[in-house]
Amino acid sequence: MKANILSAGFLTSVQDLGRTGFRQSGISIAGALDSHAMRVANALVGNEDSAAGLEATLGNLRLRFDDQRVVTWCGGAFAVTIGDENLPPGHAGLVAKNEELVMTAPKTGSRAWLAISGGIDVPPVLGSRATDLRGKFGGHEGRALRDGDGLPLGERPVSPIRVAALFGERRIAAWTAPSAWVATAAGDRFLRVVRGPEWARFTAGAQASLIGEPFTVSIDSDRMGIRLAGPKLDRLDPTDLLSEAVVPGTLQVPPNGEPILLLGDCQTIGGYPKIAHVITVDLPIAAQLWPGDLVRFQEVSLTEAQELLREREEDFARFRIGINLRSK
Amino acid sequence: MIVRIVDDFARDPEASLNAVLAALGSLEAAAIPGVTELAPAYSTVSVFFDPARIAAPGTNPTDWLRTRIEAVLKIRSVENEMGNEAPLIEIPVCYDREFAPDLDDVARVAGLADTEVIHRHSHGAYRVNCVGFIAGFPFLSGLPPELATPRRAAPRKEVPTGSVGIGGAQTGIYPRSSPGGWNLIGRTPLCLFDVQRDPPTILKAGDRVRFRQISREEFESGRK
Repeated sequence: MKANILSAGFLTSVQDLGRTGFRQSGISIAGALDSHAMRVANALVGNEDSAAGLEATLGNLRLRFDDQRVVTWCGGAFAVTIGDENLPPGHAGLVAKNEELVMTAPKTGSRAWLAISGGIDVPPVLGSRATDLRGKFGGHEGRALRDGDGLPLGERPVSPIRVAALFGERRIAAWTAPSAWVATAAGDRFLRVVRGPEWARFTAGAQASLIGEPFTVSIDSDRMGIRLAGPKLDRLDPTDLLSEAVVPGTLQVPPNGEPILLLGDCQTIGGYPKIAHVITVDLPIAAQLWPGDLVRFQEVSLTEAQELLREREEDFARFRIGINLRSK
Repeated sequence: MIVRIVDDFARDPEASLNAVLAALGSLEAAAIPGVTELAPAYSTVSVFFDPARIAAPGTNPTDWLRTRIEAVLKIRSVENEMGNEAPLIEIPVCYDREFAPDLDDVARVAGLADTEVIHRHSHGAYRVNCVGFIAGFPFLSGLPPELATPRRAAPRKEVPTGSVGIGGAQTGIYPRSSPGGWNLIGRTPLCLFDVQRDPPTILKAGDRVRFRQISREEFESGRK
């Protein structure tokens, strides 16, 4: 059974939670830029966390399935319809055989993650179904989707009993996940950061600018990283560094003083000084940034960052248990 | 968490690399719970961990991990003196003009004849310092210093798969076509990176590398 891509939109790719364990071979994580959203969407349609779904950039996506599937999505302020019904973010919806799912361009934000019951069953490459767009492997033929592609779906037909339990008489489930998880483009664009290893290499002025002033997302931004224009972040010490590990969330500063916020497709090692790191729980907000957006940074301690992550993981574990109870 | 293994890489690159690899080996063997991945680079090993899996209530995950790592690395300094010889891998390279658009530039900077550049490049003893930038790209140290050539002012949009290049004092091989700014002096028919293999790369940090000059015919037959 397949998902047929009628319109692939601007940039849509098969993604899961990413490819880990191959940094020593220089392989990027790739995966959903907001892996938490992908995980939440998977949970809502009854998939494993690690199932592959779609990451759509700027929408304009149209799909049709060969059989009945449960779908949902999380991310920016898109409008999604199945047939003529609106599917709000984070609500599971039932798509009939040959019915069309349409995702329009977003009002705010830039990306959405779509989970389909059974998951997208492309062959795993190095332990993951994520598309490595730079490496040209994984996902569907190692590339972004095109109009007319057919994606194999996992063998998990939606049983009538499960459908009745999930939806009753409706085709859109009434229940959902916490709104902060499913609608991530809402609210202020504040990213919390912890100091990076080279924080002290920057001038006091640069440190104050990073935390106090707004930055604008440049046009030159993609799944590797977001270039930010704003106050120049000057270094005290211009000596070059030896390359070492960088990760999604790293804020590195090239000699021109304009910081780059690295995202999921980022290289595994980099040599620019790392002034700060965006904390893991705020990466969903970073994944919605688009050229022209203003963003500000706020400093938190590492302990606080880890505490926030632990809280979110505990909340997610409870959410998972709740879903399992409902779909019994 | 970035663990700095050596303070001054340049003072003795060979010893630094050995120290980093020894630390990597110890940390791998220690299998500290909650640690998800280890990534060596020139002077550091980065330890990736899941704080949610590490922390017992009331403990700070960073402090806990730091203590564990320090304990592991203390033992390491005793046992790593044995230092077994790293594998030597031979990379066949065809230095034909078609594959070497920047050979003249390298020769000019070095003040050497083309053939002398090829001779010296293919007689050097190299080591993989790390693999990165694009999947499977090996950064090799050991380039004869006179062959060091600054990166091209404008990077090429597309460097062909297998291209052997010089970037500053390093040499490397493009495992697949990619944009790149290194000076291209040859090409290998060897497939350095294949996602169907585990591990997907034939070179890993620490390996010793030699280049062997091959003819155009050998290049074509090596491509199979």
